[in-house]
Amino acid sequence: MDPLMPPPVRRIQVDRDPFVAPPRAATNGAVATAVATPPRPTRSPSAHVRERMRIESVWLAYGENWVVRDVSLPVRQGEVLAMIGASGSGKTTLLRSLNRLTEITAGAARAGQITLDGQDIHELEVNDLRRRVTMVFQQPNPFPMSIFDNVAYALAERSGRGRRRRRSPQIERAVSEALHRAGLYDEVSGDLERSALRLSGGQQQRLCIARSLAAEPEVLLLDEPCSALDPISTATIEELIVSLRDSVAIVIVTHNLQQAFRVADHVAFMHLGELVEYGTSEQVFDHPAMERTRDYISGAFG
Amino acid sequence: MDRHPLTLAPADGPRRRTRRWATAGTDRRAERTLGALAVAVLVFIAAMLATVFSKAWPSFSHNGLSWFGPGGDVDTQLRAMQEVKALPGHSIYYFRAWPLIWGTLLTTVLAVLIALIVSMLAAIFLTEFAPPAIRRTLDPVIRLLAGVPSVIYGLIGILVIAPFINEHLISNARKASVGYVVQLDGANVTTATLILTVMILPIMVAISAGALEAVPRSWREGSLALGVNRWRTIWRVSLHAARPAIVAATILATARALGEAVMLAMVAGGRGFAPNLLDGVTALFEPVRPLAATIFQNSEGLTIAPLAHTIYAIAAVLLVSAAMLSLAGWAAKQRFQRYGVRA
Amino acid sequence: MSAAGLAPAGLAQSPPPGTAIARAPRERTSSWPLADRIGYVLCWTVGIGLCLIALAIVLFMFFKGIAYLRPSLFVQSPAPSAVQSQSGGFLDPIEGTLIVAVLGIAIAAPVGIALGTWLAEYGRPRALARSVESAIEIIAGAPSVVLALFGLLIFDKGFLGFLSQSAAGGGVYGRSFFAAGAVMAVLALPLIVASTREALTRLPDHLREASHALGRTRVTTIRRVLLPAIRADLATGMTLGIGRIIGDTAIITILLGTFLDLEPVGHAPLYGTLRGTGSTLTSYIFANSPAGEGSAPQKAYAAAFLLLLVVLALNGIVTWLSGGSDVPRDGRLSRAFRLIPYMPDMSR
Repeated sequence: MDPLMPPPVRRIQVDRDPFVAPPRAATNGAVATAVATPPRPTRSPSAHVRERMRIESVWLAYGENWVVRDVSLPVRQGEVLAMIGASGSGKTTLLRSLNRLTEITAGAARAGQITLDGQDIHELEVNDLRRRVTMVFQQPNPFPMSIFDNVAYALAERSGRGRRRRRSPQIERAVSEALHRAGLYDEVSGDLERSALRLSGGQQQRLCIARSLAAEPEVLLLDEPCSALDPISTATIEELIVSLRDSVAIVIVTHNLQQAFRVADHVAFMHLGELVEYGTSEQVFDHPAMERTRDYISGAFG
Repeated sequence: MDRHPLTLAPADGPRRRTRRWATAGTDRRAERTLGALAVAVLVFIAAMLATVFSKAWPSFSHNGLSWFGPGGDVDTQLRAMQEVKALPGHSIYYFRAWPLIWGTLLTTVLAVLIALIVSMLAAIFLTEFAPPAIRRTLDPVIRLLAGVPSVIYGLIGILVIAPFINEHLISNARKASVGYVVQLDGANVTTATLILTVMILPIMVAISAGALEAVPRSWREGSLALGVNRWRTIWRVSLHAARPAIVAATILATARALGEAVMLAMVAGGRGFAPNLLDGVTALFEPVRPLAATIFQNSEGLTIAPLAHTIYAIAAVLLVSAAMLSLAGWAAKQRFQRYGVRA
Repeated sequence: MSAAGLAPAGLAQSPPPGTAIARAPRERTSSWPLADRIGYVLCWTVGIGLCLIALAIVLFMFFKGIAYLRPSLFVQSPAPSAVQSQSGGFLDPIEGTLIVAVLGIAIAAPVGIALGTWLAEYGRPRALARSVESAIEIIAGAPSVVLALFGLLIFDKGFLGFLSQSAAGGGVYGRSFFAAGAVMAVLALPLIVASTREALTRLPDHLREASHALGRTRVTTIRRVLLPAIRADLATGMTLGIGRIIGDTAIITILLGTFLDLEPVGHAPLYGTLRGTGSTLTSYIFANSPAGEGSAPQKAYAAAFLLLLVVLALNGIVTWLSGGSDVPRDGRLSRAFRLIPYMPDMSR
């Protein structure tokens, strides 16, 4: 570290937690011990890692502004990819382009190629694509229906019969499975007909995740899913994300460096639309190659 | 929309609690004056209602519940009252309103049903599919349609649409088939329903479109992100969320259709005839005269006692229907609170 | 790290020339299930159909009106003659429309604003407020024929003979401009009450608090702060009320008699006219249509065209008052469009 640089505000290091004041010298002579900081979660990398999506030289614009510039990334199943960066770095836009959600904004333009299992996503039918690549948003947005109807929503629409097949055994099974995977089943199994809007924030977000999982997607995109939630809900969802990584490829955009630290296997750092650094999370957090990355991680800006 | 748009509480929350400001003498006086005004208006309206019902009572008391039933030709009965010559075997108050009620039901229900479907499609078009240029044009167009006076609709109806239907849609064979009972011409149920639908469409489109637009974007985005196409997103999410507004719009439109007097008096056919559904399609071309139009057309006879009482009785029925509609709207709105759908 | 250092000069500005840039396509509906596609087509049909209907009505009235509208119509009184289509004009109906509108608003506006203010600012006791709201709602929902009958009940009472004509035997005619104007006021009342009330509740509380913090009484606050703040909404409410009044036929026919000429009662200058009977454009149109006595559709068309122009003008005023009807950039509906539920229910 450059000795002339100002001390970091935020630093991901193992030896000292900056938010816990070091204990003053105890008057009774007890020896002050360093506060034990939580060790980095050790996870063995998943056995089957395979590439699901590939982002190649993608440029994205809203109107005249190029918001994403020449980004190339792989998205793999079996690992969690975290996109970090300051506001306006284009990470959310890039995420939304993965399931073509950028198209609902008029005036969006793109260049480059994004493929899913080798196929260009712009040649796929858009609703098919979105069923395979689903998204969970920042603010939980459960529909104004019952819990069951929320989770069964995508399934009911896919079957094309809507209400009439709502109660078919397949759908019921799929709903309970999705709720199990999202870790919500025990809390709501009592009354699935309750309005989804009556759940707490964390539960609503898990419901949205269950809703996305019900369609058995191949890639799950998460746009700052915990930013509106309390720490306990956040922890639950982070555990959930890690547990899902074997079955779905996960891309998470987060503002919260600690969350990326806890959850990610690979990290992509973006700044002003450019991909500054991409690597495993050990590489990026502990030995960042680019100076800009170092600055961001140590809190010099953001 | 609250129980009736005209008395709505602010859309963004419960009624603001009136706080107690420090009341000076002028304030208390002002409050009392305004309160007195409110009481005066209330008393005035209550008195009007009471008087209408009291004037209507003789007609009901003489006919009992069969006032609402069928029994003879309405026009003959009304004429008898006008000439103060009771029909043989009946009192001077004899009146059987069923043909009028049936006519009202037919035209109103048909018009509201058609308008409901058309207005939902139009609202979806306006908020979802229409290119900005068309949206910019439709905006003042619908406002214009909402503001056209009913007498102009009646004029177009009676001078253009009725003759057209008469010449092109009613064949001579059809006329002959019911010729022994009633004369068919352009003034009939179909013309009336068509024009009535066009009259109530703008309100329904405006309210529905406003409600669809107010649905939070996050729901729409969430549904699209799950791979549901735009059309189904609208039906399953947006319309679902807009249901209270659509119900309110329907109630408002029904009230307007019920109260329509002038246009219907001009085009529905001057006879108080009850179209016979057994005639099949021909029933659509038979004349009707709904309740409000009857009042309008007999308004000159209000000085003659039995006729006046009958007319007021019809007015009372209309008032009660309007009140029941309001109540229905309020009750429907209570149901929607369940799933957190904001009205 | 300075702010300047965050945006280095070497940032690539745009894709290299030659790369294909694609704009966001509209979602193709060819992949939708059949039912959805049918719905899509239906929506378009309905949308275009509405445009066409409105266009047809406007153009039809325009052409017919232009064909029959003559300047002489504006200055002559209705005069029956053998050749109906050539005689007379609609001066009296125009005057009648003006009188009824002015009278109606003159009564409805103060009462409506006062009532709306009371509902929004005071509203105690609650039971009274709720009953008043229900009463207003009943009036709003009542057909205008029924309101006209109310009027007749009141105005043919003996003691109100000064407001219309009294016959020798003590019977009161009960039909006059006073009567029509009063009932028109009842017709317009709910609109004005609703506009006032909504506008006041939408005003933020800090206006009231600031005024009270300066020591003003509530009355002064209302008069000097709140009501001026909602001037535009009040004007909109009154315009809508006027629109509703001039479009109504039923009340006119019942409460203003069926003669088309202005017939004052007595010789007092304004008072006599108001006591007398007359007609308005709407009853003139009705009378000249095949449904009325006359059979001069030409005059009916001309008068209808004039009425339509007035409606357009009123619409324009409402648009201007609510801030223009330019559809905002993101395609949302204009503010004036959302006023349609309050629009004159001219039909009843």
